[in-house]
Amino acid sequence: MTFTHDLIVIGAGPAGLAAAATGADLGLRTLLLDEQPRAGGQIYRNVTVATRRLHGLLGADYSRGGSLAESVVVTGAEVRHDTLVWDVSPDLVVTGSRGGQSFQVRAPQLVVATGAMERASPLPGWTLPGVLNAGAAQIALKSGGLVPEGRVVVTGAGPLLLLVACQLLEAGVELAGLVETAPAANRRTALRHLPAALHAPSYFAKGLRMIVRLRRAGVPWYTGATELEVTGTDRATGLAFDVGGRRLHLAANTVLLHHGVIPNTQLSRLLRVDHRWSNSQLAWHVVADEFGQTSLSGLRVAGDGVAIAGARAAEAGGALAALGAAHSIGRLSPTERDRLAAPHQKVLRGECAVRPFLDALYRPPPYILAPADETIVCRCEEVSAGRIREMARLGCQGPNQTKFFSRCGMGPCQGRVCGNIVTQLLAAELAKPPHAVGAYRIRAPIKPIPVGSLANLQEMADSVVAKPHESTMAKSSE
Amino acid sequence: MAWQRIEDGSDAVPVRLVVEGRPVQARAGDTVAAAMLAVGVAVFRETPVSGAPRAPLCMMGVCFDCLVEVDGRPNVQACMTPVAEGMQICLQHGARRPEGA
Ligand code: FES
Repeated sequence: MTFTHDLIVIGAGPAGLAAAATGADLGLRTLLLDEQPRAGGQIYRNVTVATRRLHGLLGADYSRGGSLAESVVVTGAEVRHDTLVWDVSPDLVVTGSRGGQSFQVRAPQLVVATGAMERASPLPGWTLPGVLNAGAAQIALKSGGLVPEGRVVVTGAGPLLLLVACQLLEAGVELAGLVETAPAANRRTALRHLPAALHAPSYFAKGLRMIVRLRRAGVPWYTGATELEVTGTDRATGLAFDVGGRRLHLAANTVLLHHGVIPNTQLSRLLRVDHRWSNSQLAWHVVADEFGQTSLSGLRVAGDGVAIAGARAAEAGGALAALGAAHSIGRLSPTERDRLAAPHQKVLRGECAVRPFLDALYRPPPYILAPADETIVCRCEEVSAGRIREMARLGCQGPNQTKFFSRCGMGPCQGRVCGNIVTQLLAAELAKPPHAVGAYRIRAPIKPIPVGSLANLQEMADSVVAKPHESTMAKSSE
Repeated sequence: MAWQRIEDGSDAVPVRLVVEGRPVQARAGDTVAAAMLAVGVAVFRETPVSGAPRAPLCMMGVCFDCLVEVDGRPNVQACMTPVAEGMQICLQHGARRPEGA
């Protein structure tokens, strides 16, 4: 297939928006593809249409996304929303589907900016209706002004947990408790990274403001909780846990879970580029250079999809990926690239300085990373942690084997939710490092697509054969 | 228990949907999942393995616990689908059906 664009960007969160704006600004024929109806990704979700009241409630960090989204509009980059990218071939042909119609596009440079997703929090009872990720509640708030009715318990570890708690409080939600799970020992290890983190003082100011806000509101706050269990039979009725030698139960209609975010690596896995296991973030990172170039020529990754560093870092990473792309196709000299890259690199360094501290402070407790035998790990096929361990004892050496024998990871989510945990369970059971155990192989389509859109692709392929001139959509730079 | 709208000053137009035969109102810009939570749908589906009840976990297209039938099409991610006037939404019980079955 001939090139339809110079640069294709997948994902319209901070990294993708910055990549598209930077690329188009440099004169690259740029196409931005995104699954949502509007720009912003999850962090800036709905930012272009959110009401004043919502902006006020979500804060300046959220509103920043508005100008970023605007920056793409002014460059005149082509943007297709409501578009699901469900396949990318090793020669970078991107297959997407929009409104039930499939299409293919191709560029010599592809930036995957598909962001992060929340780490699974496998606990007894976490499959019950009424249990959501904390980020899910934030999404409902951003996109529909919706908050859970009744009593809400938030539990887990991470800055987002406090942020969501504050935002819900602001929105008038009754917080029945904030139950932190980070082990006390985390503080000691985090302390080592404090000096480096102090280079980003704004984080501490923000953290402090959130803590004060929650304390003032008198939200019952527990730290170092263990033995968590969501209670209820048909739906969540509360959260039980041990703290300070006591067993407590907080009645609640909704329980929100959060144990940090991890890179969404579906597309980079599909393309089998190199990944490495991060022991500090307990997740797979994509191996990429500072311009996002992966082990597959022309394929770049940017933002939280590479490694978790937050929205500002993602924005810088997106810009860097576009600069690298422009240089690769001969549209930017190395000196120009490096000159333009310098300010973004500076932002990136600053944002990354605080990460080791946050990663250590909010490292999830062992019972999340290696759940008890009875706990369900694979929500789709209802496979327990014990069953995975049993598979390892029977000789399974990695997630693809346990998938074959136990169906773990074979359901509709294709292992998105359980993958990270299954890798760690197997590594522990087999006494091997996670990278030796590996991850699920990902195959296209990366999301189920209606049969109709496949048929339409076939028609398109036929018409390309029949009418070669019409298929040459843009300049043939090949 | 339903999710509720905060007073967010939105002027989004109302959209009419039918959920399990019940006419309900949503807001333009809602996803099907958000609209369902807002009208008190507590259980979105039952698992094919044990029949356990499920509802959205992630609201961002990751967990697939929000699969519903939209206008006769099964296995649609409710959290990734914008509402549209007159949309018919049905819950899925038990085993996943192949498309068109
Ligand atoms: S709620 Fe998780 S995919 Fe829809």
